[in-house]
Amino acid sequence: MLLLIPLLPFLGFLVNAGFGRRISRAASGAVACGAIVASFVVSAVAVARLVGLDPESRALAEAVFTWITSGDFSVGFTLRLDPLSAVMILVVTGIGSLIHIYSTAYMHEEPPSEYARYFSYLNLFAAFMLVLVLGSNFLVMFLGWEGVGLCSYLLVGFWYRKQSASDAGKKAFIVNRIGDWGFVLGVLGLFVRFGTLDFQQIARAIAPLSPETTFGTVSLITLLLFVGATGKSAQIPLYVWLPDAMEGPTPVSALIHAATMVTAGVYMIGRNAVLFAHAPQTLTIVAIIGCATAFFAGTIGLVQNDIKRVLAYSTVSQLGYMFLAMGVGAYAAGVFHLYTHAFFKALLFLGSGAVIHALHGEQDLRNMGGLKHELPITYWTFLAGAIAISGVPGFAGFFSKDEILAKTFTSGHTLLWAVGLLTSLLTAVYMFRLVYMAFHGTRRRAAPAPAHPEEEEPAAHGAEHAHLHDAPAPMAIALVVLAIGSVVAGYAGLGGRFEHFLEPSFAPQTAEIAADGSVETTLMLVSIVVAFAGIGIATYYFLKNTRAAALLAARFAGLRLLLQNKYYVDEIYDAALVQPIRITSESGLWKGVDVNVIDGIVNGVGRTVAGTSDVLRRLQTGSVRAYAASLFFGVVLILGYYLWR
Amino acid sequence: MGLFYLFAAVAVLASLLVIAQRNPIYSVLLLIASFGALSGLYVMLEAPFVAVIQIIVYAGAIMVLFLFVVMLLNAPHEDTDYDERVHPLMRPGPMRFGGVLAIALALELVWALTKRAESGRFAGGAVSSVAAIGRLLFTQYAFAFEVTSVLIIAAMVGAVVLARREDWR
Amino acid sequence: MPSLNDYLVLSAVLFAIGTAGVFVRRNLITILLSIEIMLNAVNLSFVAFGRALGSADGQIIVFFVMTVAAAEAAVGLAIVISLFRHKESLNPDTFTELKW
Repeated sequence: MLLLIPLLPFLGFLVNAGFGRRISRAASGAVACGAIVASFVVSAVAVARLVGLDPESRALAEAVFTWITSGDFSVGFTLRLDPLSAVMILVVTGIGSLIHIYSTAYMHEEPPSEYARYFSYLNLFAAFMLVLVLGSNFLVMFLGWEGVGLCSYLLVGFWYRKQSASDAGKKAFIVNRIGDWGFVLGVLGLFVRFGTLDFQQIARAIAPLSPETTFGTVSLITLLLFVGATGKSAQIPLYVWLPDAMEGPTPVSALIHAATMVTAGVYMIGRNAVLFAHAPQTLTIVAIIGCATAFFAGTIGLVQNDIKRVLAYSTVSQLGYMFLAMGVGAYAAGVFHLYTHAFFKALLFLGSGAVIHALHGEQDLRNMGGLKHELPITYWTFLAGAIAISGVPGFAGFFSKDEILAKTFTSGHTLLWAVGLLTSLLTAVYMFRLVYMAFHGTRRRAAPAPAHPEEEEPAAHGAEHAHLHDAPAPMAIALVVLAIGSVVAGYAGLGGRFEHFLEPSFAPQTAEIAADGSVETTLMLVSIVVAFAGIGIATYYFLKNTRAAALLAARFAGLRLLLQNKYYVDEIYDAALVQPIRITSESGLWKGVDVNVIDGIVNGVGRTVAGTSDVLRRLQTGSVRAYAASLFFGVVLILGYYLWR
Repeated sequence: MGLFYLFAAVAVLASLLVIAQRNPIYSVLLLIASFGALSGLYVMLEAPFVAVIQIIVYAGAIMVLFLFVVMLLNAPHEDTDYDERVHPLMRPGPMRFGGVLAIALALELVWALTKRAESGRFAGGAVSSVAAIGRLLFTQYAFAFEVTSVLIIAAMVGAVVLARREDWR
Repeated sequence: MPSLNDYLVLSAVLFAIGTAGVFVRRNLITILLSIEIMLNAVNLSFVAFGRALGSADGQIIVFFVMTVAAAEAAVGLAIVISLFRHKESLNPDTFTELKW
């Protein structure tokens, strides 16, 4: 039965890939949505069965086939459902289903073959993601890991005829690959160290050992695995692909770059909690990078003008929170935030998609405004998501984010807690900046957008305003469901129920940090204050007194430019890494080695042969006596040789 | 022994003169003399049949054929200018090399022979009767014998075809 | 009495003379004559060996060699005639078509 969960979307992929051209759009969409919804149903049934089991042995395993047997090393394609993967498959299939349904309306203007291609990729992605989270050993997980990377490339570069989209797809894949390199090295290290790739076996092997005190083998292995996670989950230094990946269709951003693929790194650490717990050095690095990324991305998101870019940096930032949680040992809290974040981030992306759809492709915040009344469903759901992410109590984000900060503080990482708190403030500010700029105030019109020829006619001005369509039914349904989720999902974590549920997945390991009642309450209050402070700041600068914002921007123009250009990280990477590699390849390897040496050798051989034969042909003098002489010469030589011996 | 040296000397001298002569008629005639000496040697080797065959076939038939051709072609002497002035054996080019090689070959063979000194006298009896040879020829070597007759026919036909005049007026 | 070696040495010398003649002379007919000298030298060594081993095989072979020599001389001379008709010369250096 577990096999059905990834198999159904895979079958959907096959149908759409094989027959997509010939079936109608409605049929493609139905196949794809049907596949993922069916997968969701099977997942729910499986989880229900799981819950019925005793907490101590809460796991369902299914060996599908033996993949590799070599000597005494054997790896099978085995799937295993335990609490952690249960959460993941419900998130993937549940939110995935909503996004599939949303896409049927969003992508409606595409021709049927493109429509089918989109859905085939989307289904394929779901299949690979489910393989990733259900795998019971590193090899199966890696299969899913690579597969989702591939689908990310395919989907980001979906509109491949557009240069920037195609570039973004390549960037995503290549940067991911760099991370994967670290991941593979880590897996190899695991094999060398433990002789097995099975999660359970590794956990059992390492549990009796004590954590490393210095940076040893296990720390190195886990660090390499984490490098893979930074690539897949967009942390420093490999986050650069995520903002560019916004070139893909918005539902793709919602599914892959908010709710599922980017969480693979977090899942991986959670899955190997026991292993990581034995490498405190690595965990510290994880926490620091997570926290730094969260803050760093938050500052960039503050000044971006593209609606999707803001959300992209927000994703990077929230992922940083999850890694911070993992780093301080609060694995359950990290996964909890993953779960709540999936709801509101998907919601925010889909909401922005609805805005873009209504405005026929406009993505620049400076050209928006006053959409509150014209797109009510979009507005209210979006607002719900924004409130959730800002950490307002009562909504989902509050519970998970607060938990992370609390655990960070009580585990002694006070500086990280402070930075995390500051990032929280930034989150609220940039989120509500986005809300105000897009939905409140009056509609701004910036430089003429060439994609909208109808705007040239002044007479159509008023008519255009009236023609804004709010989200069509499939999109609206998805938005509403996710909005409800953004509110109530957090209550699953009340009373430590979520944590309790996940415990068997992280066992055996060092006990979770015990919570101190009063300290926790104080921290909670601080978080609430910060959240409202952030909303207040945003309200002042972006709603009430926009001129103050402009003045502030002018005062800190240099800083603003730095942030707007993302700290020039892409430029630095380009200069430091890309150009040297390109130059080495082009001038060094291509011109130097390939043309001169290799071609030189090959052509040289040809030339030598030609030259030699040019000389040798003169032997054919035509003089018979000369031929006889050479024959005779040979005879004399051979005879001499034999006589000599 | 003296007879051997006599015949040997005649053979070698005649052969040398054959290749040294400019006039092909003289070469042919000298070669006949050489064959005569060789025939004498065959007799000394108690092979009278071969000796007589040598005279009849070689000297009598083949050399006469050569003579006919030489006279038919009425070939001029070797034509290039310096031919008249320089002796044939001292002409330039790879041919001198060939000559040197020949000398090398001779030396090689002689040296080899001296290393394996077979200076003993001939053992065993000689088969000198024609009847015995004939018997061998028609029994043990009968196949070869028949094949040579085919060879001769082929040579005959080939010679006629090759030497035929192209123009058939 | 001459030994086998003596005959063989003589045969070798005659053979060398014949070879030298092939290379040195510039008259096709003389070249053919030199080839005859070589064949004769070989005949001599065959008979000498046959006598030394006490069998008639040497003489039999000589018989065949002579036959072949005759055939070869006939055909060779026919070719020479044909060549002479083409180029009016008996100099082998004038016939250089067998080249690159």
